[in-house]
Amino acid sequence: MSAKRLQQLVEALSRSARHFNKSEVECLIKLFDTLVTASGDRFGAVGFDRNMFRDTLHRAFGMTDDMVMDRVFRTFDRDNDSCISVEEWVEGLSVFLRGTLEERIKYCFEVYDLNGDGYISREEMFQMLKNSLLKQPSEEDPDEGIKDLVDIALKKMDYDHDGKLSFADFEKAVRDDNLLLEAFGPCLPDIKGSLAFEKKTFKENRKL
Amino acid sequence: MILEVLSNLNDSMILSESSVWSSSDCVYSLRCPPSIQGKTMGAALARAAQWTAAGYGTGTLQITPLNEALLNQIIKFAEDFSTRHPQEAVVVFKEPLEWKTQLGCSAFGEGYEIDGATVKSEAKDEDGQPLLLLTASNLRVRNFDQLSRLLQIAMEKKLKEAQACLEANRDPIVKILGPEYGTVEGEDKSMLHLLEKVKQGDDPETEKKMKIFILLHQLDMQLLNSSLKHISQDIRLSPAAVNNEVNLLKNFSGKGVDTVLESLEYTSDYTFSNGCRAPPWRQVHGEICYLIIKPHDTDPLCITCSTAGVFLNGGELKSKGDIDYERKSDIYKDIVTFLRERSPRFVENMAKQQYTFFKEPTYEKNYQRVEVVDAKVSGQSQNHYDYTEKNVHEKVKSSAAKSKSTDKKKLEPSMKWKNIGLSAARSAKAAKNVNEEQRRSSSMSTKIKKKATGISSESVKMQSSLKCKISDKSEEVSESSSETEEDEEQPVRHQEGNTDLPSEYWGIQKLAKYLKGGNPTATVIALCSMRDFNLAQETCQLAIRDVGCLEVLINLLDTEEIKCQIGSLKILKEISQNTLIRHAIADLGGLEIMVKILDSPDKDLKCLAAETIANVARFKRARRTVRLHGGIKRLVGLLECPSVRSTGLTLYQAKDTEIARCGALALWSCSKSTKNKEAIRKAGGIPLLAEWLKSSHISILTPVVGTLQECASEPSYRLAIRTEGMIENLVNNLSSEHEELQMHCASAIFKCAEDKETRDLVRLHGGLQPLSVLLGNSENKQLLAAVTGAIWKCAISGENVSKFHDYKVVEALVGLLTDQPEEVLINIVGALGECCQEPINRAIIRQCGGIPPLVKLLTGTNQALLVNVTKAVGACATEPENMMIIDRLDGVRLLWSLLKNPNPDVQASAAWAICPCIENAKPYNGISWV
Repeated sequence: MSAKRLQQLVEALSRSARHFNKSEVECLIKLFDTLVTASGDRFGAVGFDRNMFRDTLHRAFGMTDDMVMDRVFRTFDRDNDSCISVEEWVEGLSVFLRGTLEERIKYCFEVYDLNGDGYISREEMFQMLKNSLLKQPSEEDPDEGIKDLVDIALKKMDYDHDGKLSFADFEKAVRDDNLLLEAFGPCLPDIKGSLAFEKKTFKENRKL
Repeated sequence: MILEVLSNLNDSMILSESSVWSSSDCVYSLRCPPSIQGKTMGAALARAAQWTAAGYGTGTLQITPLNEALLNQIIKFAEDFSTRHPQEAVVVFKEPLEWKTQLGCSAFGEGYEIDGATVKSEAKDEDGQPLLLLTASNLRVRNFDQLSRLLQIAMEKKLKEAQACLEANRDPIVKILGPEYGTVEGEDKSMLHLLEKVKQGDDPETEKKMKIFILLHQLDMQLLNSSLKHISQDIRLSPAAVNNEVNLLKNFSGKGVDTVLESLEYTSDYTFSNGCRAPPWRQVHGEICYLIIKPHDTDPLCITCSTAGVFLNGGELKSKGDIDYERKSDIYKDIVTFLRERSPRFVENMAKQQYTFFKEPTYEKNYQRVEVVDAKVSGQSQNHYDYTEKNVHEKVKSSAAKSKSTDKKKLEPSMKWKNIGLSAARSAKAAKNVNEEQRRSSSMSTKIKKKATGISSESVKMQSSLKCKISDKSEEVSESSSETEEDEEQPVRHQEGNTDLPSEYWGIQKLAKYLKGGNPTATVIALCSMRDFNLAQETCQLAIRDVGCLEVLINLLDTEEIKCQIGSLKILKEISQNTLIRHAIADLGGLEIMVKILDSPDKDLKCLAAETIANVARFKRARRTVRLHGGIKRLVGLLECPSVRSTGLTLYQAKDTEIARCGALALWSCSKSTKNKEAIRKAGGIPLLAEWLKSSHISILTPVVGTLQECASEPSYRLAIRTEGMIENLVNNLSSEHEELQMHCASAIFKCAEDKETRDLVRLHGGLQPLSVLLGNSENKQLLAAVTGAIWKCAISGENVSKFHDYKVVEALVGLLTDQPEEVLINIVGALGECCQEPINRAIIRQCGGIPPLVKLLTGTNQALLVNVTKAVGACATEPENMMIIDRLDGVRLLWSLLKNPNPDVQASAAWAICPCIENAKPYNGISWV
């Protein structure tokens, strides 16, 4: 990448991804380049594919849930081309690492709205929570516990009682109790993970 | 010269006790009324009062402590009525209250026309009839104003008068307000009636009448409440208990110097089948037996043992071996307590015996003495027992070892502890501690069981209280500090239905399933849902504990999942409002983990942990745990923050303030232990507290000042508060609009103003004026206590006294002398005593009518109060004009009688007070030293 192109990119991104300053944007671009180069140029170094992104999330933030990571990938991938470009990477991380509560609510809702229809339905919740209980062999129907849990979640968050969570429901619930931000699975880094990532990325690159 | 007189005083007191005291019988009768009676005012009361059994004359009140107490309350009410409700006091009674008085015409002075044997008040009603009329011994009183005056005139006879009045007027409300206000048994139409009257609303008298009625109603409720309290405290002795005690004492009696008594004998050898020795006609009064006791150092004492307790009677009548049954002393709960009051040698020799005494295997007094006679009492203790038993039951069930429950009693302590031990096994250390404690207490309680034959439910209660004491003791030994733990709490639990579990149980149990068997996501959902239950409600708090949630919540704290930790702490913070939960959290090792969490980088988490610690650390063991695990240092660390003085806070700074607030809250709780105060100081807490004290945010100021005033009991803090310039901030916050903050500031000044420099600083920073302003807020008694305390201590400096004079503080203080709780009175009187350094203030006290209430306080029992009152009265007595009033109110006799007070400080203070009296008094009838 030419120095001039880098300069332009940094300028542009530091405006659109407003939680990072220029040097931080530069660090993230460099990290992006390093990671993409390291993975070999199968896609001609355009960006992350799904697997690479999953690996990165796993290594950097200890995320494990495949389905959630898949959804995170789709959320980062704004143009739906199954590839995360450098712009999408920096802008995505801006919310992911430093987003305001509002941004994060929006982000999480997008992650949890599996089919993108604007609602988190009962089925989607079931899908996301189905692995959340230790299997108890004594119970006749192992799904029963999950269904009950979905009911509990709906009772807590479905303010308009339509049997599914709209964005308004979700936002109200989270504003009421921030803990519900990641109600259906971890899709944001925890404080230690993000501190470690920022420290590593921004410090190492500064040395360079 | 004064000293000489004083020593004479002492001589005469010891040598000719009888001559001195016989002339001051009145004093005695005031201080320990020998034969008082009862009460009743309102209708409901008539049912609670202990009127004598039928056939013992109609309508006399029995001589019981309960009646005495009630009567005293009624007197206080009537006496203060005219000052507290001047408008209502002049309302003329529908019918006069009429009774046979023992007062002579000579007792009446100013305000009365005396004509031979007839006394008329100068105050007349509209028709010109006197409001008080005494003809021969027949007394008619027609309003509260006159009643108040009369009681004041009656002085030491007021109890007799009140008794006579109530006996002659069985339904005083009807006489006072008219028959329509009376209560017919079973229905109370008076309120309805009242409503009607108010609706008509044309009669100005009605409003006053209504007020009087409501006041009487309030008194009624008060009396009922206090009689309930009395009844529930009632001591009930049984023949067996008395017999045990007598046998025991006999073992230690006999000739020789080391015995506790010379002898003690029953007056009668005959025992009735129910174990009593008293003749049947006395048994109906609850009397069990009579004893003649010869202590080493006093005359033989003839005492009555009754179900209500032990008291001195009139002694054996020479004639036919009969006894004068009338009660001559207070009632004590057992013979030993009685003797402790009477015979110094007994106390001394008891102390020598102590070792053998308590080792003695036959000694069962402690466990057997109090037999349950009263059904009510036994009901209560049964609940206690039920509760522990039920607890055991549940635990047993859950561990599927139901068969063992046959041996509940033995299991009781161990099962409970074991369960906790199991779940706490994770933190091995905590579990070990718990187990140790359990072993100690269980071995103790089995020992007790062996001794107490025939375990009554009462004795179970005893055991549990004993157990508490034991664990307390072990605590004290390890803590080995001189902490005063006025707020030490014991888990108490009231009754609970034992079959129907409330619906909350099932809801919480369902959620508990997800806490136990879910991943963090499911756990967080369950935690958030759990907070939809009303966690402030005890049912929910205990449900959480009982379904085993508490262990899980605490386990969650020990994970790395911040969201679970936060969710759990949000619940723990709420439910730790409950004493039982606090103790359970501490037992489960929750404090250690929360202290660790204080190091977390997550600010919300830190805040929650600190707030929860603030709740849990309300008892000594918890405070100690926090300290031993390095909690104090970490909590002090939370106060470190750069953004103290800025006013417009950014979000970030707001968060830091919040952290500091939570830290200060926790420190406040912890600072109730002496060692923690020291630890806070060592951790560098004082400068940080001083820094936050400059803040303007009420949320942080309250815990900061709370901590400071708590710590101000230590000289090191008092010095720091002065030298770090904190007095100025404390003074400024006296003018805050938050009463709690004002109170803590005043209380800090109260404690710090022991030092002269501090007193000067309070004045220099203009603190005396806000203090005097705060006297106007006399409704908030805690605030008033702190403010008057601060004024008291500040008034030790003469410069401050003159300032106070400018602010008319003495007038205000005198105005507050009536109807205050004791802790306020102590301070008010202390302050008056200091203000009396200035002659002008002595005059002011007189002019404001402060002397009668002061002299009245000499009859109290609170020793701290007596020390201050005697000092104040003594200071007042240096003015001859004051002395005249004191003299007229019999103040010298009262001071005199205080020389007999067991507390040497009271004695000393009373003796000093007598000095100016001697100098200023006219020769006084009845006192032999003049």
